[in-house]
Amino acid sequence: MSDPLFEYLCRLGDNTLVLGHRVSEWCGVAPVLEEDIALANVALDLIGQTQLWLGLAGEVEGDGRDADRLAFHRDVWDFRNVLLVEQPNGDFGQTMMRQFLFDTWHLSMLKALAGSSHEQIAAIAEKSVKEVTYHLERSTDTVIGLGDGTEESHDRMQKALDRLYPFVGEMFLSDDIDAAMVTQGIAPDPASLRKAFDAQLDAVLAEATLTKPADDFAHKGGKTGARHTEHLGHMLTQMQWLQRAYPDASW
Amino acid sequence: MVTDQPALETVWAWLSAVPDPEIPVISLTDLGIIRDVAWDDDTLVVTVTPTYSGCPATSIINLDIETALRAKGIEKLSLKRQLSPAWTTDWLTDTGRAKLEEYGIAPPQPAGGPKQCPLCKSTQVEKISQFGSTPCKAQWRCQSCLEPFDYFKCI
Repeated sequence: MSDPLFEYLCRLGDNTLVLGHRVSEWCGVAPVLEEDIALANVALDLIGQTQLWLGLAGEVEGDGRDADRLAFHRDVWDFRNVLLVEQPNGDFGQTMMRQFLFDTWHLSMLKALAGSSHEQIAAIAEKSVKEVTYHLERSTDTVIGLGDGTEESHDRMQKALDRLYPFVGEMFLSDDIDAAMVTQGIAPDPASLRKAFDAQLDAVLAEATLTKPADDFAHKGGKTGARHTEHLGHMLTQMQWLQRAYPDASW
Repeated sequence: MVTDQPALETVWAWLSAVPDPEIPVISLTDLGIIRDVAWDDDTLVVTVTPTYSGCPATSIINLDIETALRAKGIEKLSLKRQLSPAWTTDWLTDTGRAKLEEYGIAPPQPAGGPKQCPLCKSTQVEKISQFGSTPCKAQWRCQSCLEPFDYFKCI
């Protein structure tokens, strides 16, 4: 098995990379101009954070792979993102529900990482917290606005929540990689973030007049790389198209 | 010791003449992203912090710094990226804030929203979106003159 720190950094970087790419798919086709701009801004922040996480992963690995190499020259089975972020955009409501669920987890994870014993991880997290605070503010407002909106928007948000909730649990699963990070004071145990997440989720869903699914079943296999959903491979054929067709092409 | 290295104050003055590529009315030093300038033996080390991690202007800024300093005869130059402490809009200089307002971009305020419309100075303003034409800006609208305007948002 490769270095746990490298694996861990790939998890962080692949989450932001895959979600950043997904969100960027809205560029030019969002329902209104302001939302188009906001989505593009969020995607840009996430891709920027990816450069930092995967850049550091490459340094830790020490095999000469940089952020671009890791992003564009790995195939599905090497990706370590949680399954939630690779789910397709669906309608605007589904995109914003996915964003809200991820942002809520992301911000609390980054706040914990800002106190990491690893200086570079702490610095990247400190930087990212500022950006993700704005992401969460917007996704929370949108989930509430559309949930407690018209009958149509309410129904779509409930469907989005029902569709995506089974992917929430994976963000809080702990494994050997997490345990190694906890031992070294590098990162928190993801399970320890669940209680605060649930409280925040319940409060927002109540305001949004949405109902949390009763079943806590959780799909898993994304962050370990054991089994991604079929959607990631399709996304990579788009995202990695240029490097697959013209390996090592550069500007 | 006789040295022909330019003084650090001189280098700071040169850098204060380099405009931000996206908002050219303010300089890189107005923006507060140049964190340090120092000589390491015969190499000039300029420490720069990014505004937003994905801001596409970052690589252009590095290029502009290099071009400006090379034009002044600096041969050995090293650009260092510093992430922590993370950039904050508190580092914008007062001159920078004034120039932004004059340019039509409301400068950041501790309260979290613009003090007034940069065009007609009305305090009746409303938020359109926390995200704007660049990562560092939000979109606001003046309820008096009805013009939309950019607000340089606090981070």
